[in-house]
Amino acid sequence: MTFAAAAFYIFAFAAVASALMVVASKNPVHSVLFLISAFISASGLFVLMGAEYLAMVLVVVYVGAVAVLFLFVVMMLDVDFVEMKQGFLQYLPIGGAIAALVVAELIMVVAAWVFPSDAELALAHPSPTAAETITDPNGPNNIEALGLILYTDYVHYFQIAGIVLLVAMIGAIILTFRTREGVKKQDAVRQIGRKREEGVELVEIGSGQGLS
Amino acid sequence: MLDIGLGHYLSVAAVLFAIGMAGIFLNRKNIIVILMSIELMLLAVNINLVAFSQFLGDLTGQVFAFMVLTVAAAEAAVGLAILVAFFRNRGDIAVDEANVMKN
Repeated sequence: MTFAAAAFYIFAFAAVASALMVVASKNPVHSVLFLISAFISASGLFVLMGAEYLAMVLVVVYVGAVAVLFLFVVMMLDVDFVEMKQGFLQYLPIGGAIAALVVAELIMVVAAWVFPSDAELALAHPSPTAAETITDPNGPNNIEALGLILYTDYVHYFQIAGIVLLVAMIGAIILTFRTREGVKKQDAVRQIGRKREEGVELVEIGSGQGLS
Repeated sequence: MLDIGLGHYLSVAAVLFAIGMAGIFLNRKNIIVILMSIELMLLAVNINLVAFSQFLGDLTGQVFAFMVLTVAAAEAAVGLAILVAFFRNRGDIAVDEANVMKN
């Protein structure tokens, strides 16, 4: 067995098993950890395919940000997760049936897929830079090639992605923002608006009496 | 069997997608696991896009995988924010009993 094939099967089975455990695990914290495992396996598959940059982005964005966000929320919410698991067996037949149906359909599609010949492929992909970058071993590597087309041909998609992230950020802040009652904090307006009479008091003290 | 082709990657993606779909059905009460299942389905789509991009020799698929990644991250952030707001209002996250908008 070649190394690439062995690596593919290891990553593929790890991804599928982790995904199964995400769905079936009783404790949501375990689900998040298995989700991380699934993402790392998938990034291994990406490396095998030659998409190194996307693999690294998957690890950084998903494992570093999204999964940690999930972990925060799971641990922040005080919910009885055992009770949540009720109905799992009740929905198992219908859920399993639909999943099996989808797998069967998708595999039938894959099996019936007919590859176009090289000539048709070349016709279908008129952008020579993109095709060359992948096939030419002396050409730019994956991240270079992606940068070459992401900031030129697809610059509008790139900016739309930035706007999507900005809107999501604003939305998440607005949804979770609240003014809390009874929190001591500095009030600059009150502080500046204070008069001398409110803060300083002159007291006449008689000789030998002290301040009572 | 030993020659890993496009079909292998597409099959893995199909299985992952179906597991994500089944997860939505099986964990109807637990919206956190539903969100995680949606992430799994988006991951399966990404595998498909990257596999086609690589085997057809066109980097466009990887650019679209970027877009899917962006949208998935935004979706997770907004979804979890909604979840936190929902929990503050109701004290639990039982989505099958969510009817605030109906009353």
